[in-house]
Amino acid sequence: MGTAKKHPSQSTHTATPANTPAVEPQHTHATIRLTGSEILWATLEGEGVDVVFGYPGGAILPAYDALRKFPIRHVLVRHEQGAAHMADGYARASGRVGVAVATSGPGATNLVTGIATAMLDSVPIVCITGQVSSKVLGTDAFQEVDITGITLPVTKHNYVITRAEDVARTIREAFLVARSGRPGPVLVDITKDAQQASAEFDFAAATPKPHRPHPMLKTESASILAAADLIRNAKKPVILAGHGVLQSRAGAELRTMAERMRIPVASTLLGLGGFPASHPLSLGMMGMHGEAWVNHAIQQSDLLIACGMRFDDRVTGTLATYAPNARKIHIEVDPAEINKNVRADVALIGDLKEALEALLPHLAPRDAKGESAWLKEIDASKGECAVRDIKNLPDSGHLYAAHVIHDLWKTTQGKAIVVTDVGQHQMWEAQYYKHDEPRTLITSGGLGTMGFALPAAIGAKIACPDREVWVIAGDGGFQMTAAELSTAAQEELDLNIAVVNNGYLGMVRQWQEFFYEKNYQSSPLRSPDFVKLAEAHGISGKTVKKRSEVVPAIEEARKRKGPHVINFLVEKEDSVYPMIPAGSALHEMIRRPNNPLVETAQDK
Amino acid sequence: MLHTFVALVEDKPGVLTRVASLFRRLNINIVSLTVGRSERMGVSRMTIVCEASPTAGHRIAASLYKLENVLEVDDVGQMSHVARELALIKVAATPKTRSQVFELVEVFRARIVDLAPESLMIEITGVESKIEGLIQVLNENGDRILEISRTGRMVMRRGQHTSKVLEAMRVPGMETPDELKVEEDGSASDALMAEEAGLQ
Repeated sequence: MGTAKKHPSQSTHTATPANTPAVEPQHTHATIRLTGSEILWATLEGEGVDVVFGYPGGAILPAYDALRKFPIRHVLVRHEQGAAHMADGYARASGRVGVAVATSGPGATNLVTGIATAMLDSVPIVCITGQVSSKVLGTDAFQEVDITGITLPVTKHNYVITRAEDVARTIREAFLVARSGRPGPVLVDITKDAQQASAEFDFAAATPKPHRPHPMLKTESASILAAADLIRNAKKPVILAGHGVLQSRAGAELRTMAERMRIPVASTLLGLGGFPASHPLSLGMMGMHGEAWVNHAIQQSDLLIACGMRFDDRVTGTLATYAPNARKIHIEVDPAEINKNVRADVALIGDLKEALEALLPHLAPRDAKGESAWLKEIDASKGECAVRDIKNLPDSGHLYAAHVIHDLWKTTQGKAIVVTDVGQHQMWEAQYYKHDEPRTLITSGGLGTMGFALPAAIGAKIACPDREVWVIAGDGGFQMTAAELSTAAQEELDLNIAVVNNGYLGMVRQWQEFFYEKNYQSSPLRSPDFVKLAEAHGISGKTVKKRSEVVPAIEEARKRKGPHVINFLVEKEDSVYPMIPAGSALHEMIRRPNNPLVETAQDK
Repeated sequence: MLHTFVALVEDKPGVLTRVASLFRRLNINIVSLTVGRSERMGVSRMTIVCEASPTAGHRIAASLYKLENVLEVDDVGQMSHVARELALIKVAATPKTRSQVFELVEVFRARIVDLAPESLMIEITGVESKIEGLIQVLNENGDRILEISRTGRMVMRRGQHTSKVLEAMRVPGMETPDELKVEEDGSASDALMAEEAGLQ
């Protein structure tokens, strides 16, 4: 089996951008005869894969049997949903394609939530599932399920392999599809007999045809000139930076445009980190829980330059009143997103980095005086509605989640990779943890998948073993996938886990408070003692109840090697402000109440 | 409004499901969908008619192209094209009552393709309105229709355009149709009729 180990692309994969094909291994065209299982691993290895997240079972056992012959690390998860989230977290942190493996039937269906999460956030993952033998396909055999049918709407594409001959070509094509254009998840279902049969293997010969760019991509020079014209003449422009800035690695170009034209930058949740939060032109997160000045700037603007974002309803509020006076330039890789929610005056349909590179030569630097009125106006609105810098708030004996996240940001100097779950803590993270680097916030945006944080963080830590990785999860979401604590312990990962514990499904409670007359139906939540839970896994932990204990607890977690759980018992009935109720306009937000986090004119 | 798309797709298992599933996901009702082989090996041709807002065409075409098995998409609704549908209609008729059906068939330039003691079968080809016209007249005459089987609309652009040059033809008005021929039984629109009459 030595031949299978010779694919040298291992050395290249860290440098290979997600959107370009892997470097072709220097492969002699000599073919060797391998089983479908061996071809599977050899092909993965050739694609630069050195770790997969999975769970064995009957229909995938031939593949697991062959794994020992290949230098690929297998991370045993506790539930297949965790495998998909780990592959997702791995992909988001590294920009490479993540791989999850599961058996047929329930193993495959357990992946579905994770696949949908990756689909909605355009994350490149490849999921490999075992399937019953091709001879009994369609007979309701034991653990048979039509997983390609089930995942059809939540994958970019999926395949069934019934012959060993097709394994190499299909797997390679799956990787190409996953990372090309707008990235996304791909599922490959391999029947047991295809894993067991033998075929000739030639990695190079299995190279797929180059991916066809979407035929409706369009960045012709007339549009570039029209966009440049709009930008030059705008008095109140705002850049909207989305996930595409990270996916396309267009941070530098975006920054050049913003600085050269003096345009403030608002980010979507998934766009955070694409433009440095500490940059003077950074406004912060837009949308439902964006700060008032961000949404105010968007509503007042005369030009929105949307870069790699899709005008999600959490970003726009009601469309009828969204940025009513603004022209819109939409730069987006997916033609199906153009004019879907917001009508574009100029659409540049293509890779964001390339589009910005084409656009920049037409943008002469602006003289700093012309538009400073606009920046001053935004600055002034910050003064009247800024969050009080909570580190200066006197300790009132209450511990707020905002304290925890603010102190975590301070203590880690904003350099950690933070992986959040979904809910209140996620929004507080987005507001209080300032991300200066891309791929340092990993969060489920589109699908809003509770239970995402812990497994995704395991994937992120494995992708970036030298980075400090923090999980921030609520008490609700943490319990959805808390079994993966075992995985973290088994893999001996140096992972820090902060549970923001308020005894409620917090965001549900907040909506019930605001919109359902405080009818807290089914949102109070009793949890186990998370420190004891950690102990049961052989993981250290600490409970924090006071503000003064926050920083020491964080410091201790950072010093400890191995997983560490901090259970932050925070104020129970705190809410995320500001908030735009679903279906309302951006300016119709619910502002912060006077107590406890007071807004004053001095705050920024 | 009604949109008509021609999609060339790989002739592989599951491709029809992917296309149909896309329309379901977009919450768009498919009015008719016909599939058959095309002039290319391994490539099937679909004509999809669906009801969607007037501005939905771009997004539907863009979404179809996102399916890996879809090779080419053409939003032919706005282009000059020939549309046809075939219907088989079985009508209850005895030897005594046949003759009036025969007359109708003659008027509509349809054909009788089967004759039984109690019924007969009509084959009619044309645009939808022509087929619906025959059905309506049959109903008004009191003829009992026993069965109707319709293929749904299939369309083809006018002129010598292979699928390969469709991309270049995407802009309306750029066509230079040659060999325009008046169809025996009508065409898609009045404007086309006029255009054809002028060219004859």
